Amino acid sequence: MTARSVAGYWTGFAVVLALLVAAPLVLPEFWRRFVTEILIWGLLAMSSDILIGYTGMVSFGHSAFFGLGMYGAAAALLAVRPANLWLALLSGLVAAAVVAIFVAYFATRLRDIYFAITTLVFSQIFYVIIFTWTDVTGGENGLNFARPTLSIPGLFSIPFTTETLHWFVLGVVTLSYLILRRITQSPFGMVLQAIRENEPRTRAIGYRVERYKIVAVMLSGLFAGLAGILYAIQNKFAAPDFVFFLVSGETVIFNVMGGMGTLVGPVAGAAFFLLLREGFSRFFTEYYLIPVGLIFTAMVIFMPQGLLGFLRRRLNQ
Amino acid sequence: MLTLSDVHTYYGKSHILNGVSLEVRAGEVVGLLGRNGVGKSTTLKTVMGLVRPSEGRVTFEGREIGGMASHRVAHLGIAWVPEDRRIFRLLTVMENLRTGLDRPGVTEARRAELLDKIYASFPVLAERRNQAGGTLSGGEQQMLAIARAMMLEPKIVLLDEPTEGLMPRMVSQIHEIIDVLHRDGVAILLVEQNVPLTLEASDRVYIMEKGVVRHHAPAADLRANHAVIHQYLGI
Amino acid sequence: MGIPVEQILIQTINGLVNGMILALVASGLTLIFGIMDVVNFAHGELVMLGAFVGATALGVTGNFWLALVASTLVIAAFGAILQVSTLRPLLGRDPLTTILATFGVSLVLQKYALWQWGPSARKLQEPISAQFSLFYLQYPWYRIATAVLSAAIIGALYLFLKYGKYGIGIRAAMQDRVMAQAMGIPVPLLHTAVFAIGAGMAAASGVLFGPLAGVTQTIGADFTLRAFIVVVVGGMGNLGGSILASIFISLLEAYASLIVSPAQAVIVSFVVLILTLLFRPTGLFVPTAR
Repeated sequence: MTARSVAGYWTGFAVVLALLVAAPLVLPEFWRRFVTEILIWGLLAMSSDILIGYTGMVSFGHSAFFGLGMYGAAAALLAVRPANLWLALLSGLVAAAVVAIFVAYFATRLRDIYFAITTLVFSQIFYVIIFTWTDVTGGENGLNFARPTLSIPGLFSIPFTTETLHWFVLGVVTLSYLILRRITQSPFGMVLQAIRENEPRTRAIGYRVERYKIVAVMLSGLFAGLAGILYAIQNKFAAPDFVFFLVSGETVIFNVMGGMGTLVGPVAGAAFFLLLREGFSRFFTEYYLIPVGLIFTAMVIFMPQGLLGFLRRRLNQ
Repeated sequence: MLTLSDVHTYYGKSHILNGVSLEVRAGEVVGLLGRNGVGKSTTLKTVMGLVRPSEGRVTFEGREIGGMASHRVAHLGIAWVPEDRRIFRLLTVMENLRTGLDRPGVTEARRAELLDKIYASFPVLAERRNQAGGTLSGGEQQMLAIARAMMLEPKIVLLDEPTEGLMPRMVSQIHEIIDVLHRDGVAILLVEQNVPLTLEASDRVYIMEKGVVRHHAPAADLRANHAVIHQYLGI
Repeated sequence: MGIPVEQILIQTINGLVNGMILALVASGLTLIFGIMDVVNFAHGELVMLGAFVGATALGVTGNFWLALVASTLVIAAFGAILQVSTLRPLLGRDPLTTILATFGVSLVLQKYALWQWGPSARKLQEPISAQFSLFYLQYPWYRIATAVLSAAIIGALYLFLKYGKYGIGIRAAMQDRVMAQAMGIPVPLLHTAVFAIGAGMAAASGVLFGPLAGVTQTIGADFTLRAFIVVVVGGMGNLGGSILASIFISLLEAYASLIVSPAQAVIVSFVVLILTLLFRPTGLFVPTAR
């Protein structure tokens, strides 16, 4: 990238960041939470972009990572009193990692459609387990728990307000974005994209494609799990609905609508989808998915690069 | 009857055909020689509508066919016998032939007639008519591929390296088949690596190099003068 | 374990009945994949729509069989329109875009059904209410009828593919689309026709299944998932394989629900899928390529 476009990029980044920081101060309550939710779903979308957009492995399994991150955090928040934020983070990430290992194993042995279907089945397996194992997971009703405080035991303990929670989420998401961006722009990221473009050739050149795929899945799974943890903290409940493959489907929608392989695209896609949902709900109530679904399908056919897809080349040099 | 004028074709970013011009008149056997990778197969595929030319014109009997869908090209009277034969392996020999026979406008009687004719010309196929295509030997599959093409009652057959991988005995059989088609008035555009066969079976020969036609002469001239062959094909 | 033999036999019959209905759905799906490399995520929704249209037709005509035929034809036509509008433009693109596009369509169809017919379940009255004594149960004749009818429809499909006028063309196109087209076979038209056939078969299974379980707009997703599993286990594009796999998986699930709850019995199909993908990824019922 030229020096000028680099400067342009960071300026844009700073502007968006500033807006997001200011958001909770100027927006009414409902919209405050809305923006926070966009950030969380955006993180989920970014995580799946690593797999779908960068490595070219379409996955319908992100609801498993997300859901297990959520339940993992819930477990920690319920088991340990007082509710400890860091434990929740750790617990959720571990849970997501375990799922990721399973999926990673299959990622190396299956290609394309078979991988996509298997990941879908995985989400459903976890869904069924969580839905029916009522004793542990609360079954259909899910789990309710208290929001942890931002604390370092022994030093301080600050309860979250809507604003501070928003900034915490923003901080986590921004940090995640920067880390993921660094990774995608590194040689590692370049290899992932090479795998997407032409896997046999990348293998022929000598890259251990399996290893790269495993790492990609783990990364994707961890950040998706992180999103799940944030969601649990924000909403104070965990429910099996979030493990249902529909969440995976929505994630894929964010990716396609926003522009795969750009990292920022999926975040924009999440925002776009949620805004559409909000807007259409006003007119169509629960049938908002009809126009939104039509828009999505039309985009797959006519605008497969998504909203920000034109930026893909620029952002990934 | 069939004309290519300055045809350019790309595979993705590769510029395979770089301005190919040639022509096949009704009833002629035209040979297309050249080293591996010069674009001979691609030329046939462009005629067949399997790849779309980016520039130039392909006309058949006065009609522009560049980029036309291949099933419509087939209905115009152009049949393709691809390099790897591409027999429908899970269909029987008879069913393979039926793929060419089951066209609109062909009566049941005509179909029976055509089948009988082909079984007479290729007794091996008659024997194996209910066997799956995939169980045939290489030579038999090649015959089936040609027979299948003939079911279309074509005006021109695009033959892509029919003798590749075949034993010498089979090669002479292919030669016979080409002669029979020629006698029946079917034109042939023959792509081959087998130079002697091509020179003997063809009326005229084009020689391609790197996506263009470099030389063009009646086969008789090339039979007499091998220097040109040496020059382009290094044989 | 101490499960009485009668229960096992009853579950065998149940498994076979469910298996035949699932086979009807799965054969359409595998045919569609075989000929045009499309993984139709909306297939279950076609089943669901078929059931709803059948229920409406039943309400209008009062005749179950008429409703079955009407629904099959309507959804087949709808399938053709769907294929031409959303799938034909995607020809030649990455096959994964078809999953995405059909996923989008499934969302729209599901919510459309909700809007058109409302959230409460519809009941499809079975045409045959007679029952026969099976051990200690009164077993409905209707269930046997659905299995027989499904088998008949699949049988008709098989005969059409083997001997029918376009059957050879379809089979040829499934093996080698490019060569089939070069032989003059109008492959794009066949794509639409096959999709319509698959949709019609899905609708038929929806109508047949309706009386057994009630018609809501959520039954689609369940069918889609199970049909996918069956198609992969049976070998994608392999008609016989998908039928065998449907029966195999349905039998296993039926037996499993003797031990665990039906909600948990579905894990059986998941496990079978994973094992298949690990050890025989081309399909359990496909002879391994030499």
